[in-house]
Amino acid sequence: MTSLAAFSRRLRRYYLLYSLGFVAFVGLLAVGERFGLTPHWIGQIFLFATIAIYASIGVMSRTSDVSEYYVAGRRVPAVFNGMATAADWMSAASFIGLAGTLYYAGFEGLAFVIGWTGGYVLVAILLAPYLRKFGQFTIPDFLGARYEGHFARVVGVFAGVLASFVYVVAQIYGVGLITSRFIGIEFEIGVFVGLAGVLVCSFLGGMKAVTWTQVAQYVILIVAYLVPVTILSYKITGVPVPQAVYGRVLQELGVKELELFSEPRENAVHAQYRARADEYARKIADLPESLAAERITQVQRVNELRITGASAREIAAAERALRDLPHSPDEARLKWEKVRQDSLARSVNPVAHAEAFPGNDAQSKASARNNFLALAFVLMVGTAALPHILTRYYTTPTVREARHSVFWSLFFISLLYLTAPAYAVLAKWEVYSNLVGSSIATLPHWVASWARTGLVRVEDINGDGILQLAELSINSDAILLLVPEIAGLPYVVSGLVAAGGLAAALSTADGLLLTISHALSHDLYYQMINPHASTQRRLVITKSQLLVVAVVAAWVASMRPDSILFMVGLAFSIAASAFFPALVLGIFWKRANKWGAVAGMVAGLGVTLFYIARTHTFFGGSMEAAWFDINPISCGVFGVPVGFIVTAVVSLLTPPPSAEVQALVDFVRQPDGEGQSR
Amino acid sequence: MSDIDARRQAYWRATLRLTGALLLLWAAVSFLPAWFAGELNTVDFMGWPLGFYMAAQGALLIFLAIVWVYANWMDRLDRRFGVRDDR
Repeated sequence: MTSLAAFSRRLRRYYLLYSLGFVAFVGLLAVGERFGLTPHWIGQIFLFATIAIYASIGVMSRTSDVSEYYVAGRRVPAVFNGMATAADWMSAASFIGLAGTLYYAGFEGLAFVIGWTGGYVLVAILLAPYLRKFGQFTIPDFLGARYEGHFARVVGVFAGVLASFVYVVAQIYGVGLITSRFIGIEFEIGVFVGLAGVLVCSFLGGMKAVTWTQVAQYVILIVAYLVPVTILSYKITGVPVPQAVYGRVLQELGVKELELFSEPRENAVHAQYRARADEYARKIADLPESLAAERITQVQRVNELRITGASAREIAAAERALRDLPHSPDEARLKWEKVRQDSLARSVNPVAHAEAFPGNDAQSKASARNNFLALAFVLMVGTAALPHILTRYYTTPTVREARHSVFWSLFFISLLYLTAPAYAVLAKWEVYSNLVGSSIATLPHWVASWARTGLVRVEDINGDGILQLAELSINSDAILLLVPEIAGLPYVVSGLVAAGGLAAALSTADGLLLTISHALSHDLYYQMINPHASTQRRLVITKSQLLVVAVVAAWVASMRPDSILFMVGLAFSIAASAFFPALVLGIFWKRANKWGAVAGMVAGLGVTLFYIARTHTFFGGSMEAAWFDINPISCGVFGVPVGFIVTAVVSLLTPPPSAEVQALVDFVRQPDGEGQSR
Repeated sequence: MSDIDARRQAYWRATLRLTGALLLLWAAVSFLPAWFAGELNTVDFMGWPLGFYMAAQGALLIFLAIVWVYANWMDRLDRRFGVRDDR
């Protein structure tokens, strides 16, 4: 124990020095910017310097010891495991996407905040200490041992790989997005640059390297998240603690919203957007004739401009419009439907930020409420079932440390989640009070530079030269990246935010890739195909699997699948319905047996996938077929109870598990006791 | 031997009681304020509408408290029943 305490002290010293070094590095860059360092260089230095830090930690922690490779030697102190879990947990979606989601969805977006934190209560009191006591390497290990044999293990490997893979694609996509935007390389190349950053850690040092890198990444991501909003808060309220004071801003925002929503010019703009939506509806209905007519009009316009000798710019614009016209009626239908939807959305007031469950009648209010609760439930249970999070609690020295480590995880995670709603409110306040209503000719500089990327759009539809709320659109992923510029901060802060987003995406991708490759090499290969494999061979297999999985994930991400958020939601539902009932009953109900668990996992997963296929348009379903109006993203809300019921019923119908398994359950329930694997 | 078994059973029963109570609290905090969010929003809490505050901060702080209480209470149970794993 004393060696552990010394180790812990040494770690604290290292990471303190590292954090100070990082702050000094940011300060140096800020000074550099004063003396003329260009934004382009700042972005590049930030990204390459941070990747170099992660890589060197990876190289320093390289290992060929199995226990170190799989579970970091089981000597990660609670606080550090908490930080690593937090970095593992907070993905590109949390870091970049959440503030934007909250900006647009207001209260309804808070289902993500509750869901992504409340799950840790379940981890803490139902799973983490018991899995630590069990003390093997992976989650399928537990299923295999508890439910006697390869059947449960295989189902676990399948569901775990499916959920993690869907999730890792989203992370690598995020890496590509950040690198391409901030250092101006192509998206596809950005994906592979990020991939290299991920691999250099997990490849050389497995869990050990990933753990120590994740701690470093947590420091960067939390600093990057807190700095801009703290300064913005200080500018608006005079208090640099946004989490404590944004309630007041929210109140003023409510007043501002009422004022804006009843403004006559705003309503005029709404009417114009409604007219545009109707026009596109007509055009879509008249396809294919309307497309031909459109083409003729545009050709005539180009000719007319040429004859009348209009300026080259005007002619070029008209030609571009002609070229961008859809080539087939099908393409036109898609494109125009998008415009119609967008115009329709702009023709009504957005939801008031703090209003819970908006709706025109009692039924739609009730439906909004049910979906809010269902989403929060699925995200919580999914959190408590995602294998890359649960395996982190195998790495603490003791059961006691595992329990405390969940507290630290939730603590470090909460720092971000308590701040995200403040981000949304403060950014919205700035936009509503300073941007809306000002003259379009004198908009701040950043509007034009972001308009070039297409993430911010301004359209003076009523031609009054003044920006109305409905005339401005900001991509929800851009909100967070915009805050430093909205607050008028130097570019160093923007670079810092980009580095933070990269850290969030890379750390999550690291953890997920490890989980997938361990499931394939440890559970599938070592436990089932070749139990006599040497240590050397196991690690070689693991590392090669890691490479294959990473490259496949990057390849999928480079095809830019467009429903990332939906895919992330799907990962939670899959994990929740496949793992949660089997894991919890395995610990708390001795009578649960092999057949019950396998049937429950298959049934839960089956119901979840069936519901998705039934209701999501991607699979040809529709919300007409929905049960209780529940959106497909929350499909796990049906799978989880089915999993519990089927496991219980089938277990009772078949013989109880063997005496060894019952002894295993007893062993897991007691923190001390012999046979504990170290 | 049976003495040890009895002690272990008592330990497990105490663990279950704590787990059950905290689980109930978790469920209440997660779902009740959200269910009544519309009504709670008419109450002002330090500037926030209460329904919004509970979902944005209140629930999180209580989650943190639950996990903290669990970790420390279990430490005490471990000591009381002599099942600590690290000394």
